[in-house]
This record gives sequence, C-alpha cells and structure tokens, in this order.
Amino acid sequence: MNSAVKPSDKAAPDFGRALKDGVIIAIIAFALLGPLVGLKTDQNMANELILQNHLGLAAILSAVVGVGRFLLSAFVYPRIAARGNRSKAAATLAELEARARVTRGLSITGLIFLFVYPILIISLFGVQGSIKWVDNYGVQILIYVMLGWGLNIVIGLAGLLDLGYVAFYAVGAYSYALLAINFHLSFWVLLPVAGILAAFWGIILGFPVLRLRGDYLAIVTLAFGEIIRLVLINWKDFSGGSAGISSIPKVTMFGIYSFDVSAPNNFAKVFHLAASSAYYKVFLYYLILLLALLTAFITIRLRRLPIGRAWEALREDEVACRSLGINTTNTKLTAFAIGAMFGGFAGSFFAARQGFVSPESFIFMESAVIVAIVVLGGMGSMIGVALAAVAMVGGTELLRELDFLQVVFGKGFNPDQYRMLIFGLAMVGIMVWKPRGFVSARQPTAFLFKRKTVSGDLVKEGHG
Amino acid sequence: MMTSHRTWDSDPVLSVEHLTMRFGGLVAVNDLSFSAGRGDITALIGPNGAGKTTVFNCITGFYKPTTGMMSMRPKDGALHLLERMPDFVVASKAKVARTFQNIRLFSGMTLLENLLVAQHNPLMIASGMTFLGVLGIGGYKAKEKAAIDRARYWLDKIGLTARADDPAGDLPYGAQRRLEIARAMCTGPDLLCLDEPAAGLNPRESAELNALLLSIRKDDGTSILLIEHDMSVVMGISDHVVVLEYGIKIADGTPTETRNDPRVIAAYLGVDDEDVEEIEQELDEAAGSEEGRA
Ligand SMILES: Nc1ncnc2c1ncn2[C@@H]1O[C@H](COP(=O)(O)OP(=O)(O)OP(=O)(O)O)[C@@H](O)[C@H]1O
Ligand SMILES: [Mg+2]
Repeated sequence: MNSAVKPSDKAAPDFGRALKDGVIIAIIAFALLGPLVGLKTDQNMANELILQNHLGLAAILSAVVGVGRFLLSAFVYPRIAARGNRSKAAATLAELEARARVTRGLSITGLIFLFVYPILIISLFGVQGSIKWVDNYGVQILIYVMLGWGLNIVIGLAGLLDLGYVAFYAVGAYSYALLAINFHLSFWVLLPVAGILAAFWGIILGFPVLRLRGDYLAIVTLAFGEIIRLVLINWKDFSGGSAGISSIPKVTMFGIYSFDVSAPNNFAKVFHLAASSAYYKVFLYYLILLLALLTAFITIRLRRLPIGRAWEALREDEVACRSLGINTTNTKLTAFAIGAMFGGFAGSFFAARQGFVSPESFIFMESAVIVAIVVLGGMGSMIGVALAAVAMVGGTELLRELDFLQVVFGKGFNPDQYRMLIFGLAMVGIMVWKPRGFVSARQPTAFLFKRKTVSGDLVKEGHG
Repeated sequence: MMTSHRTWDSDPVLSVEHLTMRFGGLVAVNDLSFSAGRGDITALIGPNGAGKTTVFNCITGFYKPTTGMMSMRPKDGALHLLERMPDFVVASKAKVARTFQNIRLFSGMTLLENLLVAQHNPLMIASGMTFLGVLGIGGYKAKEKAAIDRARYWLDKIGLTARADDPAGDLPYGAQRRLEIARAMCTGPDLLCLDEPAAGLNPRESAELNALLLSIRKDDGTSILLIEHDMSVVMGISDHVVVLEYGIKIADGTPTETRNDPRVIAAYLGVDDEDVEEIEQELDEAAGSEEGRA
C-alpha cells in the first residue's frame, strides 16, 4: 500500500498492485462466501434435507468484492493517504492567508447577495410566490444566523459551553408578547427592553452557574433552559401555559405604516398595491437582516476591545487570566449577558413574526441546533457560523422540497421524516472531515507589523 | 557581602509570617516565615516536593493558606494582606505578578495580544468599561496605542519583536519562557514571582535570562522572587536565598552563607563525597563493634 503512495501525491495509481489486492480479496471472499452463500441447506417436498448449490451467486458476490477492493486500492486509498500527509504538515502561513482572503471575499459577496435576495426572488417568482422563499428560507435562516452569532460570543469567544441558550430566546419572545399585549407598547420600544431583560436574566442565571466549569456548566445551563420552559408551561396566569399567547401585534414600519389589514395606514393600501402578506415578509426579512448585522458589528467591535480579548484569553487559559489581574467571574458574566441580550432581540423578533408564542418553540432541541451551528461553523468565526446556519436550517427546509425522491423510494416516502437522521449523519460527516468546523483559523485582534492568520490548531476550545 | 545591609530585614517588599498550608494530612508548607527585600532578587530553593510552588500559590492567592499572614508593601506605601485577597486582586491591587512552572501562555493569540491581555485593567478603564469603546468615543484608540508601545518595549527587551504577530504557541520553549516573563511585567508589578524560569533552558539562554532579570530589577525597579534549581542562576544573580525542605525553612541568608550551611549541603545540594566516606566509616565501626559483642 505504502509504496503505491510514496512517490508523489499526483503519481499514477499503481494498477498492478491494486489488481493483486483485488484478486486476493476476491479469493478470500469466495472462500468465505462459498460455504455461507454458495451452499444452502433446504427441505424438499418429502421433508428431506437437501443441499442447494448457489456457487454462481457466491462467485458474483466475490467478484463484486474484488472489484470494489481494486477500485479502493487504485483510487481511494492513495488519495486519502495523500490528504493525510498534507494535513499533517501544518498549514503554512501562505495557505492560511489564501483561505482568509477567500473568507473575506465570501463575506462581501454574501452581504451583497443578502441585500438583493428579496428583490431577486420577487422578480423571479412574483410577489405572491416570493413568500415561501423570503419567509421560510430567508427569515428563518437569518434568525438562526443571529442566534448563532449571539451564542458564538459565549461558546466561540469565551469558551463557555452554554446548552440553555434558548432560555434567553424565550425571555425575549415572552417579554415582547406580554408587554405588547398588556401595555400596547410598540415593537421599537420593546426590542431594547426584551434585550435588556434577557441580559438581566443572563446575569441572574450566570452568577451561580459560572462558578462551574466544563461539563458541569453545560449540564446546569441545560437545566436552566428547561426550568424556564417548565415555568412558562406551568405558570398559566402569567404565560398562558402550554396554550401560549396568540394575536401578538405585528411590527410596524416605525409607526408610519402598519401591516394590519384593517388599519387605515396599511402599507399596501397606502401605496395602492394588491393586498398580500409578502410586503410584511420582505419587511421582516430586512429587519432581521439588520438585527443580525448589528450583532455581527457589535461582536466584531467587542473582539477588538479589552473585553473581547479577555474573553478569548479566558478560553485559552483561565488561570493565566487570573494571574494577570483579570476578574474572570465578571468577564464570563459579560459574555453571558451580551450573548443573552442578542438572544433576547432575536426572541422579540420571533414573537412579532409568528404572532404566537408557546413553550413548544423553546425546547432543548432549539438550543442543540444553535450549539451545533456554532460548533459546525468553527468556534469564534462569524462567517463560519453564518454558513453553518444556512447549511443546517436551509438544509432541513430543503428536505421538504425533495418530493421527487418518492419516485425512487415509493409513494409513502416523506423525506421530512428523515430530517434528524440526515442531520445527524451530516454532523458526523463534517466532524470527521473538518473537526474544528468550517472556518477554524483565527484573526488576531491587534498587530504590530502585519495581521497574520492564526492556525486553528493552536487555538484552544475552552473548558468551561 | 556578609556584612552588607540586609534589605529583607530593613525594607521588605513582601513578608511571609508563619505560613502553613495543609492538603488533608499532608503539610506542604510548615510555619514558614521569610521576607523578600525591596529591589532584591530573592531565590526560594529546595528539593523536589519541598513546597516551593505551594508557597507561590499562597502568595498569589491561588491557594488559601491554612494559617499565616502575608503582607505586601508596594512602592505607593500601601499595605496589602495577601491571604485576604482573591487571586486576581493580588495581581491587580497588590501588584504581584507571576509565571508558572508549566508555561501558561495564550497559545492561540499572538505575542502582542498576550502582552495586551496583561494590560487588561487599565485598558478596560480606557475603553469606558466597554460602553464608550463600542461607540468609538472616549479616546480609547490613543490609550491602546500606548499599550501597544509598552508591549513593544517588552518585546524589544526579550528580543522577540520580529515575531510580534506570530501565535505564542509557535514559539520555541526558551522564547515562551521569556514571553511569559514579559507578559507578567506588562501588568506593572512591584514583585515578580518566577517559578523555575530557567527550567529547560540551554546555558546560553540561561545566561540571557540572568541578564533579563538583572535589567528588570535595574530599569523597572521590580523586586523578584524566584524558584530555581539551576545553581548558576541562583548563585549568580540572587541577593538572598531561602531554602525549604519538606515545607520547613532550613536556611535563610546571602548566597555565600547558604552555600556553606551544612544542612543545606546535606539536604539540597546532596551529601558531599567526604561526608559519605565519613558516614561509611561510622557505619563500619558500628557493625564491627556489634560483631565483637556477638
Ligand atoms: N493542590 C494540591 N493538593 C494536594 N497536594 C498538593 C497540592 N499541591 C501540592 N501538593 C503537594 O505538596 C507538596 C509540595 O508540592 P510543590 O508543588 O509545592 O513542590 P515544589 O517544591 O514546587 O516541587 P518541584 O520542585 O517539583 O516543583 C507535594 O508533596 C505535592 O504533592
Ligand atoms: Mg514546583
């Protein structure tokens, strides 16, 4: 095997050796399959034991095995070995820089694409046809991008594994729902309020919890996430219990235009357009896009401030941080609170978009998906997290579209039911292929001469 | 040297009194008292497991001592009782900085970033506790520039300026040790505690380290307390040596005094060849007399 690989990555496959491998494996397979498949005992009409001869079938199967081995030896193994050799030699700086440039290019094109996306969709599918693409894909994915970016502060930068992030999403959603219904306050007033309340909850929960580290922290945050959900289910007077809260007011366009059909200043009426919910969806799309970009903007700024550097130092080595006079409890709390605040913003948006909230929306699965997005994206990387959100949320949405698979798997096949299975397989695959997520390299926050990308192999993941 | 004034008695920067640290049944440090003089290089030596690192951990607040009092007097004249402070306050208020026996750098961050994290507290204030910094007001940029200049000063001093933008984890071992010292110095300490800074260094690097420590004392006026096994470092640069064995202090004085102390020779430097012969003779005699009786 080795000799076939050694000369060079691009050397022609060693067919002679592969052929020998294939033949040997085929013979071994026949020796095994011969008795197992080739000879079969059965009963004849007279209840006598007879021996049926399937040696032909055994031969065919052995041939298949042999050919498979030949293909593996000739094409697949050399390639895997070459890949292994390459990744073992640590990625050079030039490679890292090239990758960083690709990532930067991707962010800019991605940003432009995001702003023209609704226009593109409307011109392609018309006003009514755009709803699915703008709402189910655009808005849905962007909510998770925002949640991923928020949690990225806690997990990716500060290295604190928080499995109960959805609790802050819930706090934001219920804050908006309850305050808007009971006090008739507008979304624009309640958006910051929801963020502040979520951050406040982050501090209250964080104070006892952040003394713990690693697995303990993960388990206790998970429990807090569940506690909030259970309180929402059981405190019926306050939250409406498992029935949830409905008819939550929509977002208005800064109070000037409304999207309520009955309102006199309805957007479509004012502009004499055909009534459609598509305008509201496009408005929501731009709203969540701006909220997500706000999250990104603030995170990028924070990273370059002392607090952000302290978060990353905390992820690298907490003991060293304390020896340098950094109050690690406060530093962790700020990460927790700021992450929670963005969760709260996203939550209030979610409530306004759905018009309905119930504890069902805030199950542990949601936290798990957001954590998966952060880990998959590469902890700490904004663009990586965004790509992971597109893959995870967009991917699962896309499964609903795969009706043509019924042609292959029969009428009753519903790809949506295999969602979790595919999701899990994809996760395993990506963790094997890229164990540190899509984008693992780290950009330094300050430089003396030249900003050099730091290879992901050196960056620690934090331990609590 | 013998008759020179003893700064550690007249003007101590750190005084440790009756320090005891127990781990369950194990007494790692037993009723230890010593002082480190202002502007001195004080060496804490002793065989493996003598309790040296434990003393450091007590001084820097990482362990709460079982009993004892540790007072720190920084240049500003204040008096800090270290046993009452959490670890990060020891560093920020009492101005005690430290390095670790097994290097603890932020390996995924660049050299410059490592040195900026060390200046966290003043930079945090400069950024208006982050609030002003996020909005880009309050003159944070200028303060950060000053912090970078300070980092640059230390990088020049440890000879790693050219590698300022490389990750700390990529540095060779000796350079990591120097960077850890520079990082501790960036907190602006009055007392620098070094846990075996010369461990794993070759003779040339070890000599460079001596020069660095002497210049830290001279240029920055920082007192140094160091744990060391390398006798060329201990005898070469220290003004004061404290010797521990099994958590008990067995000698305390100038390098020459301690070097000639028979207990230190027996416990730490190993029993001398002549002594070994003496002991063997005694044993032989004892055996002989026993045979005679039988
Ligand atoms: N956290 C701890 N829990 C229990 N025992 C400890 C702890 N820390 C240190 N010890 C014990 O205290 C004793 C002194 O250890 P210490 O690390 O202070 O020795 P040292 O003088 O630094 O040795 P070395 O020269 O090997 O670094 C040892 O017996 C050690 O096992
Ligand atoms: Mg030690």
